[in-house]
Amino acid sequence: MRFLLRRVVFYALTAWAAITINFFIPRMLPGDPVTALLGRMQGRIDSNAEHSLRVLFGLDQDTSMWQQYLDYWGLLLRGDLGLSFTHFPTPVADIVSQSLPWTVGLVGVATIIAFVIGSLIGTFLGWRRGTWADGLLPVATFFQAVPYFWLGLITIAVLSVNLGWFPSSGSYDRGLVPAFSGEFIGSVVYYGFLPALTVVLSSVAGWVLGMRNMMVTVSSEDYVTVAHAKGLPERQVMLGYAARNAVLPQVSSFALSLGFVVGGTLIMEMVFSYQGIGYTLYQAVSTHDYPLMQGCFLVITLSVLVANMVADLAYALLDPRTRTEDR
Amino acid sequence: MSTGVETSPGVARDAGPTAEEPVLEVRNLSVDYGFGDDPTHVLREVSLTLRRGEVLGLAGESGCGKSTLAYAATRLLPPPGLITGGEVWLTGRDGERADLLALSDAELRAARWRDIAIVFQGAMSSLNPVFRVEKQLIDGILAHRPRMGRAEARERAAELLRLVGISADRLRAYPHQLSGGMRQRVMIAMALALEPQVLIMDEPTTALDVVMQRQILEQVMELRERLGFSVVLITHDVSLLVEVADRIAVMYAGEIVETAPARDVYQRPRHPYSAGLLGSFPPLHGPRRELAGIPGAPPDLSQREPGCPFAPRCPHVMDVCRTELPVLGRTAQAEEARLVACHLHTSLSAGEKLPDLVAR
Ligand SMILES: Nc1ncnc2c1ncn2[C@@H]1O[C@H](COP(=O)(O)OP(=O)(O)OP(=O)(O)O)[C@@H](O)[C@H]1O
Ligand code: SF4
Ligand SMILES: [Mg+2]
Repeated sequence: MRFLLRRVVFYALTAWAAITINFFIPRMLPGDPVTALLGRMQGRIDSNAEHSLRVLFGLDQDTSMWQQYLDYWGLLLRGDLGLSFTHFPTPVADIVSQSLPWTVGLVGVATIIAFVIGSLIGTFLGWRRGTWADGLLPVATFFQAVPYFWLGLITIAVLSVNLGWFPSSGSYDRGLVPAFSGEFIGSVVYYGFLPALTVVLSSVAGWVLGMRNMMVTVSSEDYVTVAHAKGLPERQVMLGYAARNAVLPQVSSFALSLGFVVGGTLIMEMVFSYQGIGYTLYQAVSTHDYPLMQGCFLVITLSVLVANMVADLAYALLDPRTRTEDR
Repeated sequence: MSTGVETSPGVARDAGPTAEEPVLEVRNLSVDYGFGDDPTHVLREVSLTLRRGEVLGLAGESGCGKSTLAYAATRLLPPPGLITGGEVWLTGRDGERADLLALSDAELRAARWRDIAIVFQGAMSSLNPVFRVEKQLIDGILAHRPRMGRAEARERAAELLRLVGISADRLRAYPHQLSGGMRQRVMIAMALALEPQVLIMDEPTTALDVVMQRQILEQVMELRERLGFSVVLITHDVSLLVEVADRIAVMYAGEIVETAPARDVYQRPRHPYSAGLLGSFPPLHGPRRELAGIPGAPPDLSQREPGCPFAPRCPHVMDVCRTELPVLGRTAQAEEARLVACHLHTSLSAGEKLPDLVAR
């Protein structure tokens, strides 16, 4: 229990630091592009929204820094991230909360699939090391070395342009109205298949190689030999003893990679014009939409933090040694 | 189920070779390390017999192949180790004999732990750090007795812990919450879970302090009396073996060089290496001899020379020793229960006398 409390306090502190840095950065930038934009918006922006933007971007120089900081927290706690310039007057919070589920859904699922498949293959390759199974390693290394955008473009060229099996961009059939219906969900899956496939292909090799190496290491541990000596069935030794321990470092990297789902999908969403947070960020950057950019950064930072926390907790659940105070 | 197994009646200590049937018989076991053109021949035609109810001590300097023998005999040798020849005959409870090295995977799995259990040298790391002691005791039991219920298996696990003097509430502990001595006892309890006929213990106590070492060994010997299993005890501490073993096999450079009743090895070693090995340890009783030790170091097993591997260090080396490998055979004194691999015992012409070292 004390372990849990310590971790929670640690993450609360980190989150506080991240948000505070997010508060200071615009205040330290030389010049301010926002004033200019605000000037252009003059008249179209109501005073309340303008106040939000001023607080968020450090333009409210007439109040004390401390007051600014408190105001800033007040806005965040109310979920007010200001208004987007390009999609004026849509609140940034709305845009972010519309694009985030797409990213989390698509890349999250793809990452989980890649992790599960990769770890299973890695378990098998590590268990059968020194046999024909080692012949598969160069294949894995190849996929790990291929740059993502190249893989994405090849996939589009072959499966979508040439064969016409899958759409090359978008996230669902625009003719449909988003609803919780079989047809709409089917369309989402259909449109998401290709991007998900590329994400799986490009990340599965890392899981395979990582798991395989850990399996090789763990297989020579004494407790695995003991499991053999006890006459346990081979599957039980492989999964229950070797893989069970070999997967521990994988779990940490898995949770970390979940954190990068949100921030790291920029290229995928650009290649496939997928309406996730990465694509939104890309658009915000190219149109100088500062409030939207800041909102995206905040979400990305927080999601990395949450993923880290999940990693920590999962690891603690799986490894009793981390739960004791004296280690 | 009771823990009482037939204690073999009438097992006399220092029994002669015909006293009891063999329960484990290793014949001409050879092991190489490395698959290439030039593997290291670590074990060369090792033969060893363990009789029912007996404690057989296996002694020898570090690196002579004691662990390799234990792993090979249980078919647990990790790569690049490779068994290149030999047989390991195990007599089941029903009296049926089977060659462990020829069993199918399923038969081997069934025989492991039920007939032959092993406590490894690295007993500190023999427990899986992420599972409770309970689970690790139970899964072995259930693998062999699938019809036993979980509750019954748990009951048995508690009983096993009490057997080695650990309170049953430690079942819920993780390995890192136990002391070294406790982990060692847990491993012994685990090895006894299915009442095996043979228990192999590879340096079971080296990581522990002297007091703990004695305690644990005494406990194992006491359990042996009660449960009636046979023990192969591997150690480089000959003085310990003299106390607890019925017979001692002395190993040098991957070969057995002498095997005899423990007291005979101690009082009258017949192989110059055994004599040297005993000289390295203070005597248990009687006047203190000067500790001689053995000058020189064990040979590099990857660069075998022809002849007796002990020749470079042997005080009695003869010409024949450098060219011909001595094989295990009767001693010059033609003792019943003793075998020795040394040219001193075979190549001396009628008039010559054995050197004092091996003639007492
Ligand atoms: N994986 C390996 N590859 C090559 N040689 C090995 C390997 N494992 C062991 N050996 C060699 O085999 C020989 C016997 O090793 P083994 O572990 O059986 O010795 P031991 O008698 O148990 O020693 P100790 O008393 O230190 O435990 C040693 O000379 C060692 O160098
Ligand atoms: S065979 Fe020769 S070298 Fe080897 S132990 Fe005997 S006397 Fe010494
Ligand atoms: Mg050893």
